[in-house]
Formats: sequence, C-alpha cells, structure tokens
Amino acid sequence: MDLRLKINGSSSRCVILTSVDEKPAIEIDVPDDSFVQLIKKTGGPNIQNCFQCGTCSGSCPAGARTNYLVRGIIRKALLGLKQQCISATELWYCTTCYTCTDRCPQDVKPTDVIKAIRNVAVAEGYMLVPHQKTAQKVLEAGHAVPLDKESWQDLREKVGVERVPPNASRYAEAIEEIKKIAKKTGFDKLVEDKAEK
Amino acid sequence: MAKKSFYHFLGCIIPHRYPSVEKAAKLVFNDLGISLLDMDGATCCPAPGVFGSFDRVTWATIAARNLTIAEAGGHPITTGCNGCFASLWDANHELKHDDELRDKVNENLAEIDREFKGTIEVWHYVDALYQIAGLEKIREKVTRPFTGVRMALHPGCHWMRPKILKQKDDSERPHIFRELCETSGAEYVPYKDELICCGAGGAVRTADVKIALEFTKQKFDSLIAAGGADMIVTPCPFCELQLDAGQVEIQKYFEQEYKFDILHVVELLALAFGHEPDEFGLATHLQYMQRKSEPAWENLGIKVGEH
Repeated sequence: MDLRLKINGSSSRCVILTSVDEKPAIEIDVPDDSFVQLIKKTGGPNIQNCFQCGTCSGSCPAGARTNYLVRGIIRKALLGLKQQCISATELWYCTTCYTCTDRCPQDVKPTDVIKAIRNVAVAEGYMLVPHQKTAQKVLEAGHAVPLDKESWQDLREKVGVERVPPNASRYAEAIEEIKKIAKKTGFDKLVEDKAEK
Repeated sequence: MAKKSFYHFLGCIIPHRYPSVEKAAKLVFNDLGISLLDMDGATCCPAPGVFGSFDRVTWATIAARNLTIAEAGGHPITTGCNGCFASLWDANHELKHDDELRDKVNENLAEIDREFKGTIEVWHYVDALYQIAGLEKIREKVTRPFTGVRMALHPGCHWMRPKILKQKDDSERPHIFRELCETSGAEYVPYKDELICCGAGGAVRTADVKIALEFTKQKFDSLIAAGGADMIVTPCPFCELQLDAGQVEIQKYFEQEYKFDILHVVELLALAFGHEPDEFGLATHLQYMQRKSEPAWENLGIKVGEH
C-alpha cells in the first residue's frame, strides 16, 4: 500500500463527491469510540460537544473552494470511521485560520480537532510528500524555510543586516539539538523517506 | 524607567526571505526606545499549522526549546510573524496549563539539558507596539505621514485567533491592528474579505499552492470591488509572502495581473518615522525582485528622486 497521499497538481477538486455506487447504510448502534478517545488525547478534547450545526463549514474559506468539509469530518470521527478520516486528502486543506473555532457555538474547537486528526493520520503513515520534505528541512537546517542559497544572504546584505542571522543558520549546535529532540520523539523516523513500494 | 527589552525571535521567513522586515523592526523599535536582543540559536518556531499538524508533542518540544533561550536571559520574546507568534504563544500557554504535555516536553528537553520553566511571555510586534510603546508615542514619531494614501489591511489569523484563547481583540471586528496602522496617517479602506485567511497557512501552501492562491485572489478581487487601495499592510511575513510573491504566482496560474504594494506593519512605520526605503530595503520584496519592478513610489507618496 502506498501510504502517501497525492494531490493532483492541476485540479484539486477532482475527488468525486457523489457516485452512482450504492452506499451502504452506516448501521452503528454503539460506535467504536477508540478513534474519538484518541482525538481527545491528541489535542481535540471537545470533539464530543459537536451537535452538527455546520457553522464551521459555513465559515470555512477552504470549504468554499475544495471538498474539505469540517462538519463531515467531525461527524465521521464521531461515528468511529477512522480510516475515512485519516486517509482523506482534503484533511490537508485547512489553513488553520481558526474562523470556525471562533464561531463554533459548542466550543468544539474544530481547528484543534482537525489538527489532532492530522496527527493520527501522520502517525499512521498518511503524509503528503511536500510536507515530509518541509519537516526534513527543519531537521537538516533548523528552519522550514532555510537560508539555503547565497542569493538569500546577498538579499540580507542589501537591506543592511548581517549575511547570516543569529538563528540556527549560524549555530550548528542548534540544529544538533533539534535532531536530538526528533530522535527522542521518534519524529525523525516519522518523516524520513520511506522505500517506494 | 529601565529600557524595555525583548528577545527578537526572527523565525524563518523574515530573516531568510523578507529581511527588510527584520531591518525595519530594528529601526522602529530603536526609535521607540525598545531594545531588541538577538536570540542566539533560535530555530524554526516550528510552524504551527505544519508541525502542529504532524506531531503535537514534537511541535511543543521544539517551540519550548526556543522559549528556554528567552527564559535563560529573563526577557520576553517579540516576533513579527503570526505563525511564529502562534507557535511560541500557544506552546507557552499550553505548557503552562497542561501538566501532562509539560512533563512529556520536559522529558524530551532533558535530552539537550534544557527545561521549560514557564517564566516568560510572548508578544507579537503589534502588541508590543500597541501596549508597550503606545499609539500616542508612535504618533509623535511620525514625520512622514501617509496623508491621502489608501491603505487596505490584512490582519491575518494567528495573532488574534482563537479569540477565546488570545483574549485581545474581537476577531470579527478587530481594531488594534487598524489603529496601529492608522498612526501612519494613511486612510483605512475596508473591504469585504479583509478578515479571511491569505491561504498560505496550515501547510496548504506547501500541499497545493494553487488552492492557497485562490484565497489570495479572492481577497484581491474583494479589495478591487471596494475601490482598490495604494497598499496592503499585514503584520505577518508569511501573509506578506503570499500576498506579495503570490501576485507573481497568480499571474502564472490564473493569467491575471495584480499590482499591489504589500508592506509589513513595521515597514509602514519605518517609512512613517521618516526612514528612507533604502535604509531597510523595501524594494527587495520578492515581487519586485522577480518582476524586476519597484514599489509604486508615487502612490505611496514617497519621493525617491535620489535613487
């Protein structure tokens, strides 16, 4: 199984929303709540406050242009449909603007719920390749956007500041510390290149 | 009164892509008698919507490592980036209130002989300027008022949201950022989509730049529908990158040309305080570098005859 999600370059709305395939009824008398419990522990403690009013999706600038539907994802999570939640590409269209969080009448903190579900997705190997590369940059350079070209240093000189700023770009020991942290938390393994299957 | 000092958290985008913001911040804070101290060995904050989405504990640990640098020196942190502010402020807040997370983070930090103590606060430039310097003192420093210049705002998200947590401004009707920008003498131009996200955050720009640019384009179109503006001011370098270099990308992806001058609030204030654009390199914004263009000096009311 290829665990990495792919977003097609040109059209991001290609994901089929409805189909002629027969959809089985979600017959769940007692939902498996292990996913909900995991989300609550991973940073979305208020997920069970949700009563599905849809204020989140109605406020969502990402939902206005993609198939990202906060309310739907939360409902799926509450039904215990873990695999559907964590494998969905649209999970990654939230810009974390927190508009839904500021408007939610139930204090669900939907942004935090989405971030928690993303944590679960990543832990289970669902991570976009560009995200993986960004994470790797922090482990290599101490910065997600590194001072990786001479021309960036020239730009700094041009505005009248030192060519290399006093951050991890100057101090190699800072990068070493980040590497040690990543090793301790297992983050290095989480974001390393996986063998193509 | 002792001079107020902040550790200056640079992050990634300001020092590595928009160094003009770094220089402008130094000019403005110096003019206002506030010291900015180097924060040696600080790393990526790390990006809240990116690393916070990947692994919360790793995110909090790396953010906490940055916080320990300031704790050791005993001064608060200030940053001019909404993302850096979100990571450092949120992590600081969460670690002060969530013992379980704090224990995990400190266990990780022990590997590098550090410990999060929770002894300092994190300030956005906007809050430091608004609360520590104060609008009155800022107005006194304005020697080049932007009279007649039409200014649109992009406050961005993370310096004021989530509002229940940040507790400083009404995120549906914010006034702090506007009041700060209005000290420049520019005329505030409201537009419908002023408060929507620039589109870059939450790892969306990295995942799908075209979708991220759709947000930006919506903002530009909304501003044009409101009659347009001579500049757009933001308190965040990632928003600045998205709005500034984003115009070049929009042209590529959507074949539509926008020409807005985008200023970080400290760049606006540096100019208003009488500094010349060359003193901090306003013309080095990526939009100008890539288009081989320059700011619309006349619209901004700046004479640059000596260039």
